Amino acid sequence: MENFRTGKHISQQYNDELEEVKNHLLSMGGLVEQQLENASRALLEGDVKLAHEVYKEGSRVNALEKLIDEKSAQCLARRQPAAGDLRLIVTVIKAVSDIERVGDQAERLARFATQLAEHPRPKNNYHEVYQLARHVQQMFHDALDAFARVDEKLALSVIKEDDNVDYEYEAIMRQHITYMMEDPRSINSSLDVLWTIRALERVGDHACSICEYLIYLVKGQDIRHSEIE
Amino acid sequence: MMKFNQEKPAITVHDLNLHYADKQALRNISLQIPEKKVTSFIGPSGCGKSTLLRCFNRMNDLIDCCQVRGEILIDEQNIYHKSVNVADLRRKVGMVFQQPNPFPKSIYENVAYALRLQGIRNRLILDEVVEKSLRSAALWNEVKDQLDANALSLSGGQQQRLVIARAIAIEPEILLLDEPASALDPISTLKIEELIYELKQTYSIIIVTHNMQQAGRVSDYTAFMHMGELIEFSDTSTLFTNPQERQTEDYITGRYG
Repeated sequence: MENFRTGKHISQQYNDELEEVKNHLLSMGGLVEQQLENASRALLEGDVKLAHEVYKEGSRVNALEKLIDEKSAQCLARRQPAAGDLRLIVTVIKAVSDIERVGDQAERLARFATQLAEHPRPKNNYHEVYQLARHVQQMFHDALDAFARVDEKLALSVIKEDDNVDYEYEAIMRQHITYMMEDPRSINSSLDVLWTIRALERVGDHACSICEYLIYLVKGQDIRHSEIE
Repeated sequence: MMKFNQEKPAITVHDLNLHYADKQALRNISLQIPEKKVTSFIGPSGCGKSTLLRCFNRMNDLIDCCQVRGEILIDEQNIYHKSVNVADLRRKVGMVFQQPNPFPKSIYENVAYALRLQGIRNRLILDEVVEKSLRSAALWNEVKDQLDANALSLSGGQQQRLVIARAIAIEPEILLLDEPASALDPISTLKIEELIYELKQTYSIIIVTHNMQQAGRVSDYTAFMHMGELIEFSDTSTLFTNPQERQTEDYITGRYG
């Protein structure tokens, strides 16, 4: 049955608990989104101070992850949720780890941003990397938005977007392989770029996973590892 | 007709309608209950789940104003046909109730009772059946040294297992359990549930329960009823993770519809 609601339980407390878990997940997502944004700008602008901000947020994200896991486990133990409620808790438990990993990738980005800031900067200022970063940021944003609004159409469009991210990723990789062959002195910075785009590509994958969980939440169907019509 | 194609049916219900005087308690019920599986009926009080269960061994015959239309097939015979002997039917379809109701006799005589009714006097046969039934009901180890003790001296959980032993002593095909664990503590409840799991290898079991988690734990198939109608009937995993009907979802998640 296509439906998902946290409210309307006979127990108002149960409504509140589910709503609370969902809101914690969304605020954790918001924090990670900010980390991703700061890391991308640090990369583009060579801003080492901004990169440090990204690390600082990491502990808040981790604390929220633990809180959400604890609340979810409590709900399973005390409420024995069924049907849509059960799917919500399962979805939250899975989505929380993907969001946490996006946070980890943001921290890696910040590290590479710091390293790249030490190298001479190319003329285009890593514009293609920044484009890719914008792209996956949008996907992650839409994934959280789809979750907040229970919008499975938006979720599907995010999943479909992943192919484009992969094309961009491969194009940048080929470009930097060419640079490295032309001028071995660029190997150092090009390797950092390759690690960076790898991290960004992973963010796109996590955004897709979150969207797949959302479709499970709404439709009760597990679409992972299957072709999307 | 709600049914599962791959399963052989133990009971087939066609367009069953039941009235208590002017009040209709069951409306156009059609379903097939699979053989040697556990099927649970859930739904709010007054939804007709117990009434439907009691149709399967014609316990409703005892209520004067009760009228049944439609048919229920067991072994391809309509059990409401006038040629059916109700005592034979009840030998085939055993029943256990919410309150354990052992006879005020010894443990041994409780289990042997139905066999004696059938005229079996041979002590060896009786001993064998009593032991086998008590073992099947997971009670033998607790009572084997006190078979002559009064059954009413047992705990509620033990009495309920004794009543199940009494029901299976005559080897029925189908066991009807009407809230069999509602009057028991959680540990006795788990023992009954474990017993149900063991018994389904031999019997088709139908259980009515208010406890949805219990239906989730013990049954292979679950039927959700509401206001005398069968709303949804599916395998238990699907019904509890992804029900197809809004009414089912509202009920099992504790929402007001």
